[in-house]
Amino acid sequence: MAVAATSETGARPSRAGRRVAAPAWVGTVPFLAYVAIFLLLPTGIVVVDSLKNPNGAWAFSNVTELGNPLVRGYFIGSFKLCLLSSVSGAVLGAILAYAIASGNPDGVVRRLYLAGSGVLAQFGGITLAFAFLVLLGPVGLLFHASWYYNFPWGIGLIYTYFQVPLMVLVFLPAIDGVKVQWREASENLGASAWQYWRYVGGPLLMPAFLGGALLLFANALSAFATIQAWESQIAYIVPQQIATALSSEVGLSNVNVADLLALGMVVMVAIVMAGYALLQRRAARWLR
Amino acid sequence: MAAIAALGETPAAASASHPSGMQARRRRRLNLFRYVVFTVFGLFFLLPLLAMARFSLEGAKLGTWSLTAWREITSFQSDGVPPLASSIEITLELAVITCVIVLALLVPTMIWIRLRVQWLARTMEVLCLLPLTIPAIVLVVGLGPIYNRIQHYSVSSLMLFWIYVILALPYAYRALAAGLSAIDVTTLSEAARSLGASWFTVIVRVIAPNMREAILNALLLTWALVLGEFTIAYLLLYNNLQEELFSISRNTPNAGVIFSTSFAALMFAFVLLLILSFVGRRRGRG
Repeated sequence: MAVAATSETGARPSRAGRRVAAPAWVGTVPFLAYVAIFLLLPTGIVVVDSLKNPNGAWAFSNVTELGNPLVRGYFIGSFKLCLLSSVSGAVLGAILAYAIASGNPDGVVRRLYLAGSGVLAQFGGITLAFAFLVLLGPVGLLFHASWYYNFPWGIGLIYTYFQVPLMVLVFLPAIDGVKVQWREASENLGASAWQYWRYVGGPLLMPAFLGGALLLFANALSAFATIQAWESQIAYIVPQQIATALSSEVGLSNVNVADLLALGMVVMVAIVMAGYALLQRRAARWLR
Repeated sequence: MAAIAALGETPAAASASHPSGMQARRRRRLNLFRYVVFTVFGLFFLLPLLAMARFSLEGAKLGTWSLTAWREITSFQSDGVPPLASSIEITLELAVITCVIVLALLVPTMIWIRLRVQWLARTMEVLCLLPLTIPAIVLVVGLGPIYNRIQHYSVSSLMLFWIYVILALPYAYRALAAGLSAIDVTTLSEAARSLGASWFTVIVRVIAPNMREAILNALLLTWALVLGEFTIAYLLLYNNLQEELFSISRNTPNAGVIFSTSFAALMFAFVLLLILSFVGRRRGRG
């Protein structure tokens, strides 16, 4: 009977117990309650405010602001930067994670890279932008890269600096879970290394890889201090415009514009997540 | 129970010890690949840090060396600014509290959802990623009223942990999800349940130990996040390590100080994480 209770379908088990069986979802209540208070409530406040004018009356006409070509430009800029840095970060991070995972699990290299990744994944802001400026900016110590101030590429490189370690940390457990028997089995059946990765290893790791890439995308989307320190004069991406709207002294209505831009970002991630869910469903289809 | 725990072990180490025949050639190729990768990425990660360190040691004249920027970190405490030590202490306390709550919230919930309420899985993933999509600068706007309420009860900087838990969710969730997907949760729990284990035992003593690598990664990410958090502490007028370093660098005319302070903060976090990784391993083995 106990085995039946863990069946994958999630159907309510018939328990022969003294206690009255509570529905299974009750176990998630502490988590959901916490998230509701500290995440959904503030988000709700922001969403509601984005649809109001400064006097507190409803103003759905705010939404038309999103159709403004200038505003659309910020969203396109954000999308480009996030796509570039998440794809490069995910691919490079996966390669590095594989190199780490194939070594001694108690080795020094692994420890150093893990601890370093933990620190660097959260490293950003003014100091990171300045470190790159000192290294390879127009008057840098090592290079004088002319493309340093080029929009998607220069800042994309800086973003990659914190995206790769993040990918390593979230992808490493998945690679650790790849069993060596799978490789041996495919070799016994005469598969080449390429065939192994194409038909066995790759598909197995794909869901975790896509999940990591999605995390990197969202991570790049909300990063603000780094790009602001890289180039504070020109706004390229949405968060910069949000900060401008929040601090602008030209018109009071701008606070609502900031809320609205944030809403636009949530919508953008929702669209990306929908695409991710489709890919994920395809990728995870035969894993069950 | 030991046999069950062994199910989820990665056998990579066992195979690495006796390579033979075709495997030996592959291992050589693999090692070459690893050395190249580690060197390239090592350079990529180290060069900007070295540039930063070099700049923090810049003397008054370009191209000279000096320790002024480093001395100012310690010497700045006399001017009525709360000492650096207290902000380090509060940040470490914050990091511990946040880690404990993140793990206590996420690990059981994720295992439970995986085992019993799979229809909530997608919802949970969306909820956990949501904090990343809302820029901190906007989240603070929405948090204002909630923190007003909290400050009625306590004005301590420790109260920042409420929101840090939320900030850490996406990172911790992804790390844990990757670890959870690598083990056969259903088989483990069915085996444990049929041996008479309670759900608590299944989660805490069977599944959680099998994903200790993932738990350690989640811990590392959360820990580093708290040590590096600046925006929210600054905007909500709380005092933590980054905020303290920022005010030191802002209150001195020496441009090098911002580099010496942030380099010091990075090294501090790095050493702590390294220690943590050793502690995590040892506990896992015991």
